[in-house]
Amino acid sequence: MKTLFKILGRKKILIASTLMATLLAPLANAANYVVDTKGAHASVNFKIKHLGYSWLTGRFDRFDGKFSYDPANVGASKIEMNIDASSINTNHAERNKHLKSGDFLETNKFANAKFVSTKITDKGNGKLAINGTLSLHGVNKDIVIDAQKVGEGKDPWGGYRVGFSGTTVLTLKDFGIKMDLGPASAQVYMELYVEGIRQ
Amino acid sequence: MKNTTSHYGWLTITLHWLSAIIIFSLFALGFWMVDLTYYDAWYKEAPHLHKSIGICLLFLMVFRFIWRKKQVQPEALKTHSPIERKAGHAVHILLYVLFFLIAVSGYLISTADGRGIEVFQLFTVPGFGSFIDDQEDIAGVVHEYLAYSLIALALLHALAACKHHFIDKDITLKRMLAWRKTN
Repeated sequence: MKTLFKILGRKKILIASTLMATLLAPLANAANYVVDTKGAHASVNFKIKHLGYSWLTGRFDRFDGKFSYDPANVGASKIEMNIDASSINTNHAERNKHLKSGDFLETNKFANAKFVSTKITDKGNGKLAINGTLSLHGVNKDIVIDAQKVGEGKDPWGGYRVGFSGTTVLTLKDFGIKMDLGPASAQVYMELYVEGIRQ
Repeated sequence: MKNTTSHYGWLTITLHWLSAIIIFSLFALGFWMVDLTYYDAWYKEAPHLHKSIGICLLFLMVFRFIWRKKQVQPEALKTHSPIERKAGHAVHILLYVLFFLIAVSGYLISTADGRGIEVFQLFTVPGFGSFIDDQEDIAGVVHEYLAYSLIALALLHALAACKHHFIDKDITLKRMLAWRKTN
């Protein structure tokens, strides 16, 4: 290494590395991110009307995901999320048990839910439409998530992060969920918050 | 009130039939309530009743078990064969074991989130949260299958009593019905 320094000189090394960085820059832009579930800077929440009089909220506690994102070419982005359906949590054990039973998610048969994007459209102003396939309760269905970029940049610990929020509406019947909760509660509103750490 | 070596006392008899009636009622209630639709008038009330009665029954059964331990047990009839004596005793013990396991598993379902169990809006049995992952699901499966087992075993127990009454024509069943004569 020492001889290499002597031969090339420090300046040349500096130039070479700058050049390398410039060449690699476009690749670095289409970066891969892992959803920060370790630090719990992501959540898969939902809400559903209770009798039509109020909102009942809940979430899935266990999930993971990864995505690629390029601010210069949003359309080339991709996202994939895996959700442990049995981690559904509405802060009430008896209700969680019911939600995991055959009346709802049947998690002993369909433990995993999955979303894989098929097409991401840049709608400008940080807005995105994420088309993809959601596998839930053994049913595969194409859905659209309306997403919004929250922000991106360096974190204080030497990493780089980008965050999005997203919403979509799922009709329980479409996913073969039997239980009838009444006309006001036929649909569940998903609210997603995802923060990715660049790899 | 007390048992003798040949007969059951009235407290033992009362406790036996009272718990039998409550256990079968609770089973029926539980079996029925799990399929209620969301808008059924009983959707909220039936589980509340099931839990309230269940907790009271648990207290009753603890008392019954202590009472049993403090009492002489009437001896088996001379006509009972050794295998009948052993099988009968084993079934009695197993009925108690199943009951207590069902009570505990039921408690573990409702208290998995730390909520207590409200008994007839009179008092609340405290909850201590989850001891294992997915406690409400595991306890739920245990509660269900042990309940079926208990009912099956109780029916076998009743069938055996009927066999003694109708086929052997002995006083096995009559003793539990406060029959006072010795044969």
